[in-house]
Amino acid sequence: MNATVAPVLQRLNQIILGKDAQLRLVLACLLARGHLLIEDIPGMGKTTLALALARVLGLHFQRVQFTSDLLPADILGVSVFETATSAFRFVPGPIFSQLVLADEVNRASPKTQSALLEAMEERQVTAEGDTRALPEPFFVIATQNPSYQLGTFPLPESQLDRFLMRLSLGYPSPDAERQLLLERERRDLLDELQPVLQPAELLDLQQQVRGVRTAPALVDYILALVQRTRELPGLRQGLSPRAGLGLRRAAQAWAFIEGRSGVIPEDVQAVFAAVVGHRLVMSAEREGAATSAEDILAQVAIP
Amino acid sequence: MSDERGIADYLPVATLLRLLLVLTLVYAPHVTHLPLWETGLLVALLIWRALAATRQWRMPPRALRVGLVVASVGGIYASYGHVSGQTAGTALLCLMGALKLVELRARRDVMVMVFLMYFMLVTHFFYSQEIWTSIYLLVSCVAITALLIECQHLGALPPRQTLRKAGVMVAQALPLMLILFVLFPRIPGPLWGLPADAGATARTGLSDSMSPGDIASLIQTDAVAFRVHFDGPAPPPEQRYWRGPVFDFFDGRTWKPSWISRQPLAADAVRYLGQPVRYEATMEATRMPWLLALDLPSDRGLPDDVRLNHNGELLARRPVIERRRYTVTSYPQYALDPQLDARARQRLTRLPKGRDPRTLALAQSWRAQGLTDRQIVDAALNMIRNENFVYTLRPPALGADSIDEFLFDTRRGFCEHYSSAFTFLMRAAGIPARVVTGYQGGTLNALGDYYVVNQADAHAWSEVWFDGSWHRIDPTAAVAPNRIEDGLSAAIDSADGLPAYLAHRTAWRDALKLRWDWLNARWNGLVLGYGPELQQQFLQRFGLGDLRSMILALTILVTGTLALVGAVLMRRAAPARTQDPALREWQRLTRRLARRGLPAHPGEGPRDYIARVQQTHPEWCDALQTALDLYLSSRYLDTPNAARVAELRRAVTAARI
Repeated sequence: MNATVAPVLQRLNQIILGKDAQLRLVLACLLARGHLLIEDIPGMGKTTLALALARVLGLHFQRVQFTSDLLPADILGVSVFETATSAFRFVPGPIFSQLVLADEVNRASPKTQSALLEAMEERQVTAEGDTRALPEPFFVIATQNPSYQLGTFPLPESQLDRFLMRLSLGYPSPDAERQLLLERERRDLLDELQPVLQPAELLDLQQQVRGVRTAPALVDYILALVQRTRELPGLRQGLSPRAGLGLRRAAQAWAFIEGRSGVIPEDVQAVFAAVVGHRLVMSAEREGAATSAEDILAQVAIP
Repeated sequence: MSDERGIADYLPVATLLRLLLVLTLVYAPHVTHLPLWETGLLVALLIWRALAATRQWRMPPRALRVGLVVASVGGIYASYGHVSGQTAGTALLCLMGALKLVELRARRDVMVMVFLMYFMLVTHFFYSQEIWTSIYLLVSCVAITALLIECQHLGALPPRQTLRKAGVMVAQALPLMLILFVLFPRIPGPLWGLPADAGATARTGLSDSMSPGDIASLIQTDAVAFRVHFDGPAPPPEQRYWRGPVFDFFDGRTWKPSWISRQPLAADAVRYLGQPVRYEATMEATRMPWLLALDLPSDRGLPDDVRLNHNGELLARRPVIERRRYTVTSYPQYALDPQLDARARQRLTRLPKGRDPRTLALAQSWRAQGLTDRQIVDAALNMIRNENFVYTLRPPALGADSIDEFLFDTRRGFCEHYSSAFTFLMRAAGIPARVVTGYQGGTLNALGDYYVVNQADAHAWSEVWFDGSWHRIDPTAAVAPNRIEDGLSAAIDSADGLPAYLAHRTAWRDALKLRWDWLNARWNGLVLGYGPELQQQFLQRFGLGDLRSMILALTILVTGTLALVGAVLMRRAAPARTQDPALREWQRLTRRLARRGLPAHPGEGPRDYIARVQQTHPEWCDALQTALDLYLSSRYLDTPNAARVAELRRAVTAARI
């Protein structure tokens, strides 16, 4: 395990109990400069996770609660007229922070969603003719209620593609939940949490992730996986080239966390479900015989 | 063999049954020369496979299959004394083909069988090259091809159409076959004339000795001995004595040559009289060095390797192992050996000691009466002619003094009895004499203007030396003159043992037989006899004689090009060979693990796989870890590095799994 990442993970594990695998994926997503979508029912610790991450990494954190009446300007920022200078002054919205938690993103109108996602992708905001760069590092954790809940605007497929990973924390294990109940409030623990990294160090780590070696043989494996999703009869739509690139980046980050200088097939497999799950569109008539990411992994031989 | 086969390799029962049918067709002609146990085993395997397919029996375990193969090779060795060569090799091939049935379960196996069957089919030509054989093989070839088509397109066509398609394909191949037949460079001598097999297969024909019953048993086959085309008019039947082996040593039962010598006949030892007869003979293989020629051949225009020896025999340098065509000039009238020296005289009058006292006494009584040599010959002939001697193919068995018993008691015999007894009688009277075997007569085939001499015309007679020359004396002519004039069936009836094929003759059957023989003769001449010389002649007729070497070059060129194109196509079609040396070494390791019953799961990564194996087999832990680390490093983690791959190779080799 990478020596720099290990303490980060250890701290996070103290806050979010019994979710080591998910936490690693969150870190991998962050190190791969991707954005994260967490799909969960409320109260599973999404906000706690985001806060803990911001604390441990020493990132500036903002939270936006999405509602149906939220407007793009509420996120991006707005220009106000300042009488003192007789000029407009841009007041940056909450998106201008290093870690943004977009809570219940599917409750907002598509227009607002789209504004967020565009900013995520471009890493800059264009408002009133001026383009303003977002801070570095920039990491969005969006949470989403399961789509069957009332009053939601499901994110369109094209938007989903912009999240590198989709995770679901899920219920804690009985042991973890017991410990949760025995210990002090999480928020109190969070307050005591000391950062182990500076933002500049995080940027450096992200730079190192890009240098993790992906051998031609591994690229062949990623290609075979992507190809397979395009051939499967149960899928309406296969993976896009962007998904393939994302898979590579995520696998690089995973390998980096594991402390390897190159990516091995197991790294790809570890991130595959998280990277691919929200991008695969099942055919309506095949909904019953859904093809899971695990099925695809079991079908594709490693070249 | 793995049970995991794709749909593409699925083998329907109907196809399997058709394979068995075709296989039976291929095996059928071999039955005549395979050992009985092998025939039984072949039949049993065929029946077993058919039942196993229809009743879905399980395949036998590997140990049993291996045991069967070992036992079969052992059986072949026990039967033949070796496992290669023409007969043993063919027998082994047949057996292995049938044993393939035991593990045959996929379409791919049928493909293997198809090509094996093509090959087995060709081996029939070792044993027979007749017209019927060729037709049979052509039909079988269509059947095999149909099976091949069926395998390529399972269920695409009904069997009848498959068969028709195969027929069309074979027919389309015929012109190519003819072109190759005519133009393909010929190699002198048959490819399969393996000396190890000489005498292994029983061939009918004259042998190098003569005992009572030898010639009578020859008569039983209706095989052709040779065919003769005379340049001019043919000599009359009583002059058509075809001279073969000459025997001058008698041990009381069997006549043999004292020695077989190629010492040539001295020029002053023979005086040819009268008109010469020129003819071309085509002799079937005998595996003996004697060539048959009309009594008495001259050395004029003989082939280089053939010599007229001092006994008046034509001897080739090597035994005749394939059909042979040669031209001879003979003189029906001749004077041979005007002088006999004392040693020759002694050799030619030698008799086994203490045998046949009554015959000795008779001969000496003639000598005591003061008869000349010629008169003694006449006396002996008169005795055979006038006393109640019978010419029969069913003579009674003879005891120790065979000549005495024959001449004075049984008086029933075939030509070998008469020639043997007569020669003995002459020697007992002190007259030099010897036995000559060969053929007598022959049937004219008007269609082809040639004479056929069958094994049924096999004959033995005496040669007696008096008045300064050898004289051909045929005692059989004394007892059965029509044998000489009209052939065997005129002299003997079926009660006397005439073979059925000679006994039941009708005019139309004879005519049919002659036509068939004519066809066979053409076949022999044009197809089987198409060797290097005929090819040369044929090509010269078209002004292509000098092109023979060019054709050879062209053939090599075309074959080479085809082989190259085939190789390129195969290379393209074959799955790309694993390029990464590290992966190759890794697969070497995983194959070994898979043989241990630990295959990787589909999609399982190398690290997870090895971790799983390490859990169940801690004893390999270190070796596997070393190999895994080296593999991951060479293939994924670091830039390609030959030294590391070499290290991996050593680690894989060293791993004790």
